[in-house]
Amino acid sequence: MVVLKELTTEELFASGHRLCAGCGEGIINRMTMKALRGPTVIIAATGCNEVASTIYPYTSWKLPWAHVAFENAAAVASGVVEAYKAMARRGAGQGQIDVIAMAGDGGTYDIGIQALSGALERGHDFLYICVDNEAYMNTGIQRSGSTPHGAETTTSPAGSVIPGKPEWKKDLIGICAAHGIEYAATATPAYWNDYITKVRKGIEVNGPAVIDVLSPCPLGWRHESARSIEMVRLAVETRYFPIYEFERGKYKLNLSVPKPKPAEEFLKAQGRFAHLFKPTYRKDVIDEIQQNVDANWNRILKLCAN
Amino acid sequence: MTVMGMTGDEAVAHAAKQSKVDIVAAYPITPQTIIVERFSKYVADGEVQTGYVCVESEHSALSACIGSSLTGARVFTATSSQGLALMHEMLYIASGLRLPIVMGVANRALSAPINIHGDHSDMMGSRDCGWIQIYVENAQEAYDWTIQAFKIAEDYEVQLPVSVNLDGFIITHCVEGVDVAEDDVVAKFVQTRKPLFKLDPQKPVTVGALCFTDYYYEFKRQQVDALSHVNAVLNRIAKEYKDATGRSYGILDAYGMEDAEAAVLCLGSTAGTAREVARKLRAQGKKVGVVKIWLYRPFPVDEIKAVLKNVKAVAVLDRAISFGAQYGALCSDVVSALHTVDNGPRIFNVIFGLGGRDIKPSDIELIFNQALETARSGVVKEETVFLGVRE
Repeated sequence: MVVLKELTTEELFASGHRLCAGCGEGIINRMTMKALRGPTVIIAATGCNEVASTIYPYTSWKLPWAHVAFENAAAVASGVVEAYKAMARRGAGQGQIDVIAMAGDGGTYDIGIQALSGALERGHDFLYICVDNEAYMNTGIQRSGSTPHGAETTTSPAGSVIPGKPEWKKDLIGICAAHGIEYAATATPAYWNDYITKVRKGIEVNGPAVIDVLSPCPLGWRHESARSIEMVRLAVETRYFPIYEFERGKYKLNLSVPKPKPAEEFLKAQGRFAHLFKPTYRKDVIDEIQQNVDANWNRILKLCAN
Repeated sequence: MTVMGMTGDEAVAHAAKQSKVDIVAAYPITPQTIIVERFSKYVADGEVQTGYVCVESEHSALSACIGSSLTGARVFTATSSQGLALMHEMLYIASGLRLPIVMGVANRALSAPINIHGDHSDMMGSRDCGWIQIYVENAQEAYDWTIQAFKIAEDYEVQLPVSVNLDGFIITHCVEGVDVAEDDVVAKFVQTRKPLFKLDPQKPVTVGALCFTDYYYEFKRQQVDALSHVNAVLNRIAKEYKDATGRSYGILDAYGMEDAEAAVLCLGSTAGTAREVARKLRAQGKKVGVVKIWLYRPFPVDEIKAVLKNVKAVAVLDRAISFGAQYGALCSDVVSALHTVDNGPRIFNVIFGLGGRDIKPSDIELIFNQALETARSGVVKEETVFLGVRE
């Protein structure tokens, strides 16, 4: 746990960026910067974060930051980590430099999963943060492997026959844990202390670490921008998004939710699920989602009990 | 200097080793594999301090190279065919970010149908990617150009990636005697990379920012400008290399062109066969010559104009098809270079050697005779010859 008063007041992510009002990414960027332990380099995938924070000739980043492409943040980070090491071996080292890769869920769950898997298998010492807003928001809200069942996106529209995305969200943490890495965790910016603690932990472990941080998107989730943090808190309070970590082979639940709110409360608050309520109340789909939330929660509890 | 028996691939690996690369990030593909196998062994045996990033795809290979190069490291990779095609997206980013990465390309046919043998379809498919592209004739040239490539790439006037292209199997897998320079001679020649910018926490920079309509064009124009410096830089570095090793290189190599009436113009290993045939024909009193282009991109327009100034007919040999175009890529470039020249030579295109199909001295003799006939008559009988194919 971190102590608020001890957090740095230095802001390495400058204001003036062009993220939407209420966007989770700006908040997450700022919190991430508070967790650094020293000189750090950020490698970014293509996405809202890059598009909104580095419009040439401006940048919001007061630390070295590089964007290469959409699907390869983990591969680029691999090269950065190994190059610093190689240069140190020939006496051209620049001291300890931490490397953080940041990508959205499109760049992680889908197009970047191969590069991520390769980097995790090779064991490069870097932290990978997936800023997960559950769809391709940058290109106008298309479904990804992270988009939840039943959610409406422009490529999983709520039609008269198919009510939103038919498939379920991928288990990213399970995929990462299966690589035998030292650390993987979920988080949301609603629980700042948990997130900052996890980022620091991810930086400190030797080898790769992954954090999947649920990021509210007022545009894609269709909620008021003032209610962003409330949305991701609801995600936790309904057990829709369990907050847990995988550390050296052990799972641990970080936030217990003894009296969960119905998943419906999370769904109801967002326009992307509006078709489940109007014009017809789709009890079948809502029940299905609730059952999945329960099953997933029990699965994670079981993992944590081992 | 020591003469060592090595394949073209081994010569490239040896050159990268002597050039003291910080990072090799690569993925194996026939016929490039010997390069990455040899380099892995150097690392395993502690012969180098290089970090070897054994990635899971060619796309990640070049992505990792880009990351490494951004830190100021000297970076090398190698690929071929489908691997180069998979890298395509990253090729443009490496040149757009002005990163002096050096890559060995073991030229091989592209699928479908799948074929592992040598032709130039792979690099020709990426010829406009902003990389400096050099084609070599044999293992010796593969060695010499790999070393020179680092210096050209890292020159402050250039700051661009370089591909060193060697014909799959014909060069990559043939053992030849290679005159290898001493380690310290190479080290002194290439020195260490001194980056213009890097990912340095002491001096933070943002790389790869989003450029809209207001700046993108200027970045692209600067790449054109950087490429325009390549010829002069290459000639300077080739001279330094000659001083260090005694071997002489440049933008292109001409044989018999001082009095040739008909010429063959080509890339890579075919030039050796063409020269041999030309030698024989010249002994018979036929005025033929051979132009071998080392530097294919940027295309050396002025040098091509000068070398073809007095010739009456040129057969341009393309080891790749540019589907739907009038000619193969090399021939199109030659035609473009000469279109403003008054009374320039008659040009015809020869497509040959696809999927590794052998090109024999007798084939080239046929081409020379056709070129001589064209020189005499001033008439191109056949604009594109598909040499050695069953119709």
